[in-house]
Amino acid sequence: MTDVIKEDQVLDCSGMLCPMPVVKTSKAMKEMQSGQVLKMVATDPGAPPDMEAWSRQTGNELLRSMTEGGKFIFYLKKK
Amino acid sequence: MSKSDPNAPKRLALIASKGTLDWAYPPFILASAAGAMGWEVGIFFTFYGLPLLKSDLHMQVSPLGNPAMPMKMPFGPEGFQNIVWPMPNILMANVPGFEAMATSLMKQTFKNKGVASIEELRDMCVDLDVRMIGCQMTMDVFGFKREEFIKECEVGGAAMFLEYAADADVQLFI
Repeated sequence: MTDVIKEDQVLDCSGMLCPMPVVKTSKAMKEMQSGQVLKMVATDPGAPPDMEAWSRQTGNELLRSMTEGGKFIFYLKKK
Repeated sequence: MSKSDPNAPKRLALIASKGTLDWAYPPFILASAAGAMGWEVGIFFTFYGLPLLKSDLHMQVSPLGNPAMPMKMPFGPEGFQNIVWPMPNILMANVPGFEAMATSLMKQTFKNKGVASIEELRDMCVDLDVRMIGCQMTMDVFGFKREEFIKECEVGGAAMFLEYAADADVQLFI
């Protein structure tokens, strides 16, 4: 069992293709406080590698990346 | 200034040189993705890429000039949608309205698949402070006026763009 991560905000990017999940995530994170966690849900198969790169480039930590029922779920912590 | 300051954000410099609906996507997609990663982005719109900065966009796609373009229908059952329709050049070149039809099919397909429109992507680039530079020389050659373009764009020349691109980490010609 993995620990449950408590998110402060949820962003649903289901049905969107590149670059929308990245752009929407960036926009949502700008409104958040340092240390807060965003849960982002996407269906674009390109989202996992894109979110990893986005996390490395922006310094916002990708706490967890998982697949659940055909959806990709990301937990991102604002730096 | 990327080079002089080690803490400066990364910089992307793009040249957008094509104005068809399909080729309008790469510069705006890359620019908005880079902007979302906190990079500085500048796009130089030149030649056929310049009309992408117009307030009213009228892009079309040209299947005749792109033999690898799959011609698919954006409606009907999945099996029907997956058919790649053979379109001989003699047909594409001679049927009036073929490009208009292909354009509307591509727009519908992109919408169905969840791809943002060019207008939406461009608006996002504006929000992300992407520098959009329209080529002055192209404006003069094609007889365009500054008022035809979005107010958020700048107008400049080759030297202005090259100075910006010289300090960029990634430079691409599209």
